[in-house]
Amino acid sequence: MLLLRCPYCGVDCDETELSPGGEAHLKRFGPGSEDADFEGYLFQRENPKGVHFERWRHANGCGKWFHAARCTVTLEVFGTYSAQLTEPPQDIKDAITAKRPGWHWREFA
Amino acid sequence: MSNAVSALNGASFEGYVTVTDMGPAGMITLRGDLGSAAIKKAIGMAVPAPLKITSKGENSVAWMSPDELLALCPYEVADETAAKMTKALGKAHSLVANVSDARALIRLEGADVREVLAKLTPADVAAMQPGDLRRSRLAQIPAAFWLTDDETAYVICFRSVAKYTFDLLTTVAAPSSKLAPT
Ligand SMILES: [Zn+2]
Repeated sequence: MLLLRCPYCGVDCDETELSPGGEAHLKRFGPGSEDADFEGYLFQRENPKGVHFERWRHANGCGKWFHAARCTVTLEVFGTYSAQLTEPPQDIKDAITAKRPGWHWREFA
Repeated sequence: MSNAVSALNGASFEGYVTVTDMGPAGMITLRGDLGSAAIKKAIGMAVPAPLKITSKGENSVAWMSPDELLALCPYEVADETAAKMTKALGKAHSLVANVSDARALIRLEGADVREVLAKLTPADVAAMQPGDLRRSRLAQIPAAFWLTDDETAYVICFRSVAKYTFDLLTTVAAPSSKLAPT
């Protein structure tokens, strides 16, 4: 079972109160972009064994979207943060580094 | 003029907790900047803190999200109250909607109201104190609930699932279903 703290209302949400929103920090490539970029935006997803970044929505609750950093192996949660950020904040990166030295995920490390 | 009735039409059930439909209830959704003076003026009382509900007379205001409140009032004055709120908000970026007819309000009474709710929701009901409000789920539907004292709780759900909610609550409040003391 996954428990995530919603950064908007502060509730420790049970997984059943949340809706998954897939991978975090995707950069949109729209009309006029290169085919390879568009393909990457639509189809290419990380599937890590370890540190992962995701979007979740507090659906049965305040209704807000947020980001979560967690480990796909242990279900350990490193932290949650605002949906308005385009990359993980430093405190989240530090929390991951403390537990998983040398981690990297896409362009983040 | 049609006669407004609630989906459950005043149904009630006596179990180890009493479940009662509160009939038509006034509910107004407000969205906007909760830190603004305009919102405070519109609701006529202090803006509740996150996850809280505050009351003044027969009116209450519940915190629903960082940019949303739910005002509770008598059904008969909901339209008029919503109009007054819209006026008070003036040009402030905001939304006011009378959602009374889209909802149901159910009361739970008894020493074990927390147990009845805890059977249906993942929220930590044991930790809830009077004045705390949670939006969560009851079995398969979204619902909001709060305690006014240690033996009284209120549940809000969508009107379309009022019967489902009532059936859930009466099933888990059935006299034979009380949990053994731990
Ligand atoms: Zn939330």
